[in-house]
Amino acid sequence: MFEPFKVEALSTFAGDIDNVIIMITILVGFWFIVAQAALIGFCVLFRRRDGRKARYISGEKKSEMLWIAIPMALIVACDVYIALVDGPVWAKVKENLPEPDRIVRVIGQQWAWTFVHPGLDGKLDTPDDITTVGDLHVEVNKVYHFELTSRDVLHSFSIPVFRLKQDVIPGRKIVGWFEATGTGTYDIQCTEICGIGHGLMPARIEIETPEQHAAWMAERSQTLLASTTLPRAGQE
Amino acid sequence: MAESVPATHDEHHEQSFLIKYLWSTDHKIIGMQYLFTGMFMALIGGFFAYAFRMQLAFPGTDIPGWGLVTPPDYNALVTNHGTIMIFWVAMPVLVAALGNFLIPLMIGCDDMVFPRLNRLSFQVFFLSTVVLLSSFFVPGGAFGGAWTAYPPLSAQAAYNLTPWGAPLWVLAVALEFVAFLMGGINFITTTMNSRAPGMKMHDIPLVVWMIVLASIIFMLSVGPLVAGAVMLFFDQVLGTGFYDPARGGDPVLWQHLFWFFGHPEVYVVLLPAMGVVIEIITVFARKKFFGYTPVLYTTFAAGVISFTVWAHHQFIAGIDPRMAHIFTVTTLLISVPIALIVFCSIATLYGGAIRFTTPMLWALAFIFEFLLGGVTGIYLGAAGADIYFHDSYFVLAHFHYTFFPIGIIATFAALTYWFPKMFGRHLNETLGKIHFVGTIIPFNVIFIPLFILGLAGQHRRIYNFELFPDLAKPEFQDLRVLATVALLIMLIFQVVFLYNFFSSMIRGRKAEKNPYEANTLEWTAESPPPHGNWSELPSVYRGPYEYSVPGRKADFWPQNEPT
Repeated sequence: MFEPFKVEALSTFAGDIDNVIIMITILVGFWFIVAQAALIGFCVLFRRRDGRKARYISGEKKSEMLWIAIPMALIVACDVYIALVDGPVWAKVKENLPEPDRIVRVIGQQWAWTFVHPGLDGKLDTPDDITTVGDLHVEVNKVYHFELTSRDVLHSFSIPVFRLKQDVIPGRKIVGWFEATGTGTYDIQCTEICGIGHGLMPARIEIETPEQHAAWMAERSQTLLASTTLPRAGQE
Repeated sequence: MAESVPATHDEHHEQSFLIKYLWSTDHKIIGMQYLFTGMFMALIGGFFAYAFRMQLAFPGTDIPGWGLVTPPDYNALVTNHGTIMIFWVAMPVLVAALGNFLIPLMIGCDDMVFPRLNRLSFQVFFLSTVVLLSSFFVPGGAFGGAWTAYPPLSAQAAYNLTPWGAPLWVLAVALEFVAFLMGGINFITTTMNSRAPGMKMHDIPLVVWMIVLASIIFMLSVGPLVAGAVMLFFDQVLGTGFYDPARGGDPVLWQHLFWFFGHPEVYVVLLPAMGVVIEIITVFARKKFFGYTPVLYTTFAAGVISFTVWAHHQFIAGIDPRMAHIFTVTTLLISVPIALIVFCSIATLYGGAIRFTTPMLWALAFIFEFLLGGVTGIYLGAAGADIYFHDSYFVLAHFHYTFFPIGIIATFAALTYWFPKMFGRHLNETLGKIHFVGTIIPFNVIFIPLFILGLAGQHRRIYNFELFPDLAKPEFQDLRVLATVALLIMLIFQVVFLYNFFSSMIRGRKAEKNPYEANTLEWTAESPPPHGNWSELPSVYRGPYEYSVPGRKADFWPQNEPT
């Protein structure tokens, strides 16, 4: 029943984030069930019956306070545990960036994503850079850094299969990373409202095998070469 | 005390309709003005939800009552739905209407300390309402940059394409804050200064405490946002660059100012709602409230902590990632005082003699539904998990599971509970229960599917998901249709409430002074209370929750009954 709603986990940190979500589900699920059981149970047990008077409990005596204080102490313990498990995962995704194999540039604007890939030389800002609008091509099992910039308003760069999201801010360059663990084509979203075309800037990420990626680069370099050399040839 | 209020309330001449209802300084009339304005705005906010949910379920069709929902329409609808439901429904009804109506009646005085300031508060609020609604009729249409109004989108007409709508939105919100600031000053000063003789700090009913604490939190948090709103307004109309990075400004500054207010604001509306629930469960369980002083002081603590959690809205907004750890810890910690209040409310039911009247059903439903809203907040407070959930439908479903219990369920609890005191007549219980079932069940059928869609990666504020292949699957669309159909059913059932509300006001069974055999002072006044509330002001001899005291025949013991 829930199969269509399953989102694949295709980055090296996606599994970590999923584990945090599962761990939180178990802990809060326990408290949720305990509280609902108490609420519903008390409503059934203590419904009004003829001849039975309610009890007088202030909840301010020490013995009574323990009924609340013990659960509270356990909730604090759960909170501490969640923070301890969650912290390293956050740090892995957002703080400790591994050395990159490749760098791509991601530019948000009203209302499209532009991606600048390094060409065959593997470097940005060289003539063979491949610029695309709306589709990002990456190679599986390679560490990528992405440099986020915006031309106008806030955007947010989100790839659900990577469990990755980062706001894009005009005037700043924000660097993040990912390493894909599986191939395929998936949605890239803008998750920060950016004007009337916010719903009109879908993009796709194509995660390719080394062979596919090399083939794509070769094909794009051909057209790039053709487009840059042809006019010059015409002039001569 | 202002000179327009007579020193004694013994003699009152008949006032003209205009003076009585539009220029009144009576706290009850002002409360009613806030209530009816809030109810009117709730109809508009609900209509907006209907329009954009129809677009999501049946994209591109002609929506009856609206027409085609274009992308600018969609953005304006979601933006103003959020703005209206929080600032023009939850705030005026839970804080202003209940605060005005209840505080003098529950602490035993004849009116607010500053009645004319109170009147000015409503008048400014009314003006803010007119400004907000007028933004739908200006060139370019209403603002569509989300209720959070992040610049640069909100700051420059070149980006938001609403040259009139955006400044009017900011102006309306700023005016509304001014109105509530004046109201809040009254709530705090009146409660501190005008309590009935004998009413000590720990004899104040918790709903009054909650409204006072909410007012204090509001006063302390709203200043930075008003400053931020002024800067945003200047950016919009004078061309300054406070939030423009090209001219040395910083768009993230607004996010800090907004959420420094925005998160405490959650507690500003949550606390009065919890207060309402506490009053109702003690009366209908015939129980003393479990842990009055612990709850009171943890609520203080929650208020303090609420000022330290704001950046959990900005984990992925480009703040220094090391800060996320601190805000994760504070955010997880605030779950503790809130859990304590909820647990004490549940513990109050233990050993009770519970009557399932309509107000009691709403109060219990508040706890039932709010629990899900509360626990799903933990996912979002944990920075790592929030990377995935941020700006998804999971967030949307989470805060609707908090704000719907607060703004709708607790409001219905309060209205059905105090209706006899407000209007001197009873609501129809059968219609009340039909309306209850017809609201609660559809509410869950709307938002459980949205949790699932959020888990599946569906992001917010998108007017048509057909452009996103991963989200355009038929199973996803089925859930969107399910949520929309449930919303339609819920909206239809509100007709039952409106009929019950207005017909009972005229034809309902007459209410005596104290129909529920409750302890608090408002039930010692006539139903409805006259101008001045009591001919002789009451004195207080005990706390508000002395129900089923051993050794007494009656299971209640009014606060004003001499020992």
